[in-house]
Amino acid sequence: MGKISLRQMQVDQKGTIASVKAFGELGRRIRDMGLIPGKEIKIQGRAPLHDPVSLRIMGFTLTLRNNEADLIEVEV
Amino acid sequence: MSTAIVLAGNPNSGKTTLFNELTGARQHVGNYPGVTVEKKQGTCISDAGKFNIVDLPGTYSLTAYSLEEVVARDFLVDEKPSMIVNIVDASNLERNLYLSVQFMEMGIPVTIALNMMDVAKKRGISIDIEKLSQLLNVPVVPTVARSGEGKKELLQTIASTVNSKVDPLIISYGRDMDTAIDEMEEIIQSSAFLTENYRARWTAIKYLENDSQVIESGQKADRKVALQLEKIVEKVSAHLAATLDAHPEGIIADQRYGFINSILKQNLITYYQDKNRLQLSDKIDKVVTNRFLGPILMVAILLGLYKFTFTYSEIPIGWFESFFGWVGNIADSNLPDGLLKSLVISGIIDGVGGVLGFVPLIMFMFLGIAFLEDSGYLARMAFMLDRVFRMFGLHGSSVMAFIVSGGIAGGCAVPGVMAARTLKSPKERLATLLTVPFMNCGAKLPVFALLVAAFFAENEATVMLLITMISWMGALLVAWALRSTIIKGEATPFVMELPPYRMPTFKGILIHTWERTWQYIKKAGTVILGISIVLWAMMTFPGLPETKTQKFENQRSVITSGVTAQVLSELETSDEDQLSEQALTIKESLTQVDFDEAHAGLKNSIAGRIGSSLEGITKFAGFDWRTNIALVGGFAAKEVVVSTLGTAYSIGEVDPEETTSLSERLKTAKGWGPLTAFSLIIFTIFYAPCFVTVVCIAKEAGSWKWAAFSVVFNTALAFGLSVVFYQVGSIVLT
Repeated sequence: MGKISLRQMQVDQKGTIASVKAFGELGRRIRDMGLIPGKEIKIQGRAPLHDPVSLRIMGFTLTLRNNEADLIEVEV
Repeated sequence: MSTAIVLAGNPNSGKTTLFNELTGARQHVGNYPGVTVEKKQGTCISDAGKFNIVDLPGTYSLTAYSLEEVVARDFLVDEKPSMIVNIVDASNLERNLYLSVQFMEMGIPVTIALNMMDVAKKRGISIDIEKLSQLLNVPVVPTVARSGEGKKELLQTIASTVNSKVDPLIISYGRDMDTAIDEMEEIIQSSAFLTENYRARWTAIKYLENDSQVIESGQKADRKVALQLEKIVEKVSAHLAATLDAHPEGIIADQRYGFINSILKQNLITYYQDKNRLQLSDKIDKVVTNRFLGPILMVAILLGLYKFTFTYSEIPIGWFESFFGWVGNIADSNLPDGLLKSLVISGIIDGVGGVLGFVPLIMFMFLGIAFLEDSGYLARMAFMLDRVFRMFGLHGSSVMAFIVSGGIAGGCAVPGVMAARTLKSPKERLATLLTVPFMNCGAKLPVFALLVAAFFAENEATVMLLITMISWMGALLVAWALRSTIIKGEATPFVMELPPYRMPTFKGILIHTWERTWQYIKKAGTVILGISIVLWAMMTFPGLPETKTQKFENQRSVITSGVTAQVLSELETSDEDQLSEQALTIKESLTQVDFDEAHAGLKNSIAGRIGSSLEGITKFAGFDWRTNIALVGGFAAKEVVVSTLGTAYSIGEVDPEETTSLSERLKTAKGWGPLTAFSLIIFTIFYAPCFVTVVCIAKEAGSWKWAAFSVVFNTALAFGLSVVFYQVGSIVLT
């Protein structure tokens, strides 16, 4: 067990969100979409150029860019 | 008596489908996050009563992140509807309830339409509806909007609960926050701060959420109270940061989800399948967004869309052309020669024909785009290409507009500009709108073909490829430049839902296509007709002076003077291929006089004078007055450059499809060479879009300012590039 940033996660890897360090508009958006501490996520895939990343959360698929993923810390 | 209710819910929850089902109104059914920005209204007359329904834009929250959220929230606050019918996707309950909870906190009566029950069932999810209703304390009606199931029950429930008073939902946000909220509530109540519009508790929560819209209106309403509230927020923020390493915004979201979770945990949902089982949609994604297969498939789909649009729309475009040709012929034979005839044929019929000629193209293009959008594939395309487009300040979704406009040579910027609507981020969208006209649309191709055939015949394919690359590079670099200067701003986050793949409904796609087409005809039609007449006038007036026309008349009499009456009557009556040799030579000489007269008329026209007066500047790019006139004409439609060049070189109007005579003429014409030709190619790629595109830009960008910008900026850019190319080229080559 350890904490890594969402960007570093591998495809198909699962984890629980530990913290979200985004504020303002982006932070609000991230939280509204359910990316909050305690939620389980699973990396679904990556775009051909490795960015953005798509993940599964609460039963739906969400995408975000790597620089947005940097702000999310995940317990794996 | 009718009751005002609103439909609200997450994007892709089937909200629009339900709206169509309830009102029968025409509206687009989307599958791309947040497709409805306009406010749509409709009336539903049923056994249960008459309802005025407003379809709010789909949102995930009311925290004023996007324009859609602001629109939705303002509507709820300002209009105070009797009821919110909240569409909740049963297969995606947790996230959907996040919005429901916010509605309930506002204190407006809510009825939940638990939609997509069929999808939930397929995924092995069963929901205890009665319990959900009980725990949330709102009516819950299961529905399947696609089939209309549950519609009747929903209407009955709305009718029976619409006038009941409800207490706003109160969620506990933790001790520190609750204390702050209570304190703020008291201040707000006692000073009647914003209470006209908002409930006190709601205002307090918005202050803690750091909601700029509410904070701003607070400062306007009462500076002193606003400051007091801001102080409390500051205090609690500092406290939370010190003790919990948290932020009020974060805690509010956490607690809302926590509240939902506490409800869902009470044996509300049963999964009778493995929750994490791969859905069909996920399996498709494994292939469709695969590193290697994904891009290949995308190119194939784009090529397919392209072929579909431009191949099949050719047939109805042909019908339009022959129809307007037929109308033109009728006008030709029934109207007396003169200005009126010229106005009717060249101004009105060609103008209207030009407008309507685009209609099949737009219809086919949107049929294709609506399918991709509603099926969910468009979101995947954006996902795959975002990395590339983001480098230039654009968005993954920009790709569609670029391709349609001629990213693969031969598109059209008119549907391209309209396709930019799929972009939800305003800045990226504007940058896309302004740069897609640089693509090589079908109308620019005859110009390139003419010049390439005349001057680069040996390397035809290479030069055409080079042209495509220049336009792409130019467009992306300009987009980047715009996004770093006048449309500056943070990239819009790509935190976006990839909706599950769905088979689009036939009705939805048809409604969507028809809406777009009709909007084009209605709004663009009138403006375009007007401009078309103006352009006609510019190329026609002031006409040749009496003495000049007399001169051409004299030339004609000289040619026909020595000819026998028999040959003259032959000229009148017979077809060209039946003429005797003598008659043929006479006819040719006469035609040449006609061409010369047209040439002289054009040179004397307003457009011609503009062309001549600009020669002093345009010579730096290698263009003489003839090219200038042609380029002025190209503002009407780019292929007009070719036909006008024909007139300017006294060889008559040249059919853009058949340019051999003109390219032969240009080869030997004074001042022309590969350098001039390529300079003109560069200019044609970049200069002002045709006016149909300009009108569309004005409409899509919401202001004529940007339309004017695209005319002025593009022309200046094109001229700059051509001059640099021509001048550097002249130095290198000599």
